[in-house]
Amino acid sequence: MLDYLNIIFLETYKILFLLVPVLVSVAMIVWLDRRVWAFVQKRRGPNVVGPFGLFQSLADALKYLFKEIIIPASANKIIFILAPVITMTLALIGWAVIPFGENFVIADINVGILYLFAISSLSVYGIIMGGWASNSKYPFLGSIRSAAQMVSYEVSIGVIIINVLLCVGSLNLKDIVLAQENMWFVIPLFPMFVIFFISALAETNRPPFDLPEAEAELVAGYQTEYSGMMYAMFWLGEYANILLMCALGSILFLGGWLAPIEIFPFNFIPDFIWLIFKILFLFILFAIVKAIVPRYRYDQLMKLGWKIFLPMSLIWVVITASYLFYFNLLPGN
Amino acid sequence: MKISRIFKTIILWDFVCGFLIAFKEIFKDKKTINYPFEKGKISPRFRGEHALRRYPNGEERCIACKLCEAVCPAQAITIESTERQDGSRKTTRYDIDMMKCIYCGLCEESCPVDAIVQGPNFEFSTETREELYYNKKKLLDNGDRWEDLLAANIRADNPYR
Repeated sequence: MLDYLNIIFLETYKILFLLVPVLVSVAMIVWLDRRVWAFVQKRRGPNVVGPFGLFQSLADALKYLFKEIIIPASANKIIFILAPVITMTLALIGWAVIPFGENFVIADINVGILYLFAISSLSVYGIIMGGWASNSKYPFLGSIRSAAQMVSYEVSIGVIIINVLLCVGSLNLKDIVLAQENMWFVIPLFPMFVIFFISALAETNRPPFDLPEAEAELVAGYQTEYSGMMYAMFWLGEYANILLMCALGSILFLGGWLAPIEIFPFNFIPDFIWLIFKILFLFILFAIVKAIVPRYRYDQLMKLGWKIFLPMSLIWVVITASYLFYFNLLPGN
Repeated sequence: MKISRIFKTIILWDFVCGFLIAFKEIFKDKKTINYPFEKGKISPRFRGEHALRRYPNGEERCIACKLCEAVCPAQAITIESTERQDGSRKTTRYDIDMMKCIYCGLCEESCPVDAIVQGPNFEFSTETREELYYNKKKLLDNGDRWEDLLAANIRADNPYR
């Protein structure tokens, strides 16, 4: 009995040790996003609350807490309330398998990448439920768009992941990182990295693929009927998802927690700091892209996903597989 | 499509160029100001909050001619007047409904004695509607508070009238 309690206590401690920093960094990342966006447009961005405006997100969260939650009369109450909860939960449970270091991971499972892939596929449910339960036209159209978009881009992300897995020979995220000790996969698989980055933009509904919440057409998409803390949860879930995608990108292509060169000043820095650096680097790319690109038209979005990215990544799978087979480099040989 | 165009599309040439420009812009000077701490320059003609001015000896300038009341397109001004002990005509009531006012500046233009003016202050938001019904006392107080700036602005704008 005491053993069980001990295990539960230990696991809860580990989970809190990961989740609290993740939630805080989500708040910070919102600030960073707004700040980078402003800087590209030569504005100052939020700089009043706290040093450099760092506590802006906390102030916003406090504001959302005190706002009234409005539930439309014709909405399906249970699903309406459940939708942001699901979005938020799914965005957070993905972090369980992200390795921050060689022995610094909550759940070291052998199908880590499949787990992550499944979680990110599920996150479309939060959006669909939110749009459907609102029982209103804009949220409904927004959620339908979002579902179609996320499903299309997930296909190409899946094929890109197959590329990486061919080079690694394991579904364990730790093995994926350790396989990059000699060379990060971003170098041999650079085109795949670019396609992964763009697909990740589409997957997380970031501009230029933010069609589900295209203000000019759909008010705010699936978030239209939400207010107060429920809206904030959608918002947090979205940013947690973006961070998760950045983490996935840095693990698959940028060598996860590995230092770029294994010499003194670099390998002295702790492992998780390197992963955080890489996540931040990818996120700043996300933020700059948000500032410079116009929104895609819906048919262009679908064309890009199905007619360009999918064939390209499939062809690259063939190339990678043939190369590895021809030079007898297949992992496990 | 030209070969060069196809090549540029494949390597995302336009996107990379845009990205580099955006990256350069990040380190340039900001075009916006830290508003509550820094303020932009305001022209002498700026039409902000109203004020009623006085002569240097403390006498009100307003002679209750009611030109401003007549010219006001939003009919925001209400004036009542009587004859004073010394025989001069003065206002007993001078109200401006700041929510009706459209800040067109016609009251200032029409005033023959530069009594009603619009000052440089634009930060007079209030928490209730009632505070925006300005009466004569409030307007005269404004005039006393901003007199130096108002006089300087009128002088600066004088050559162009």
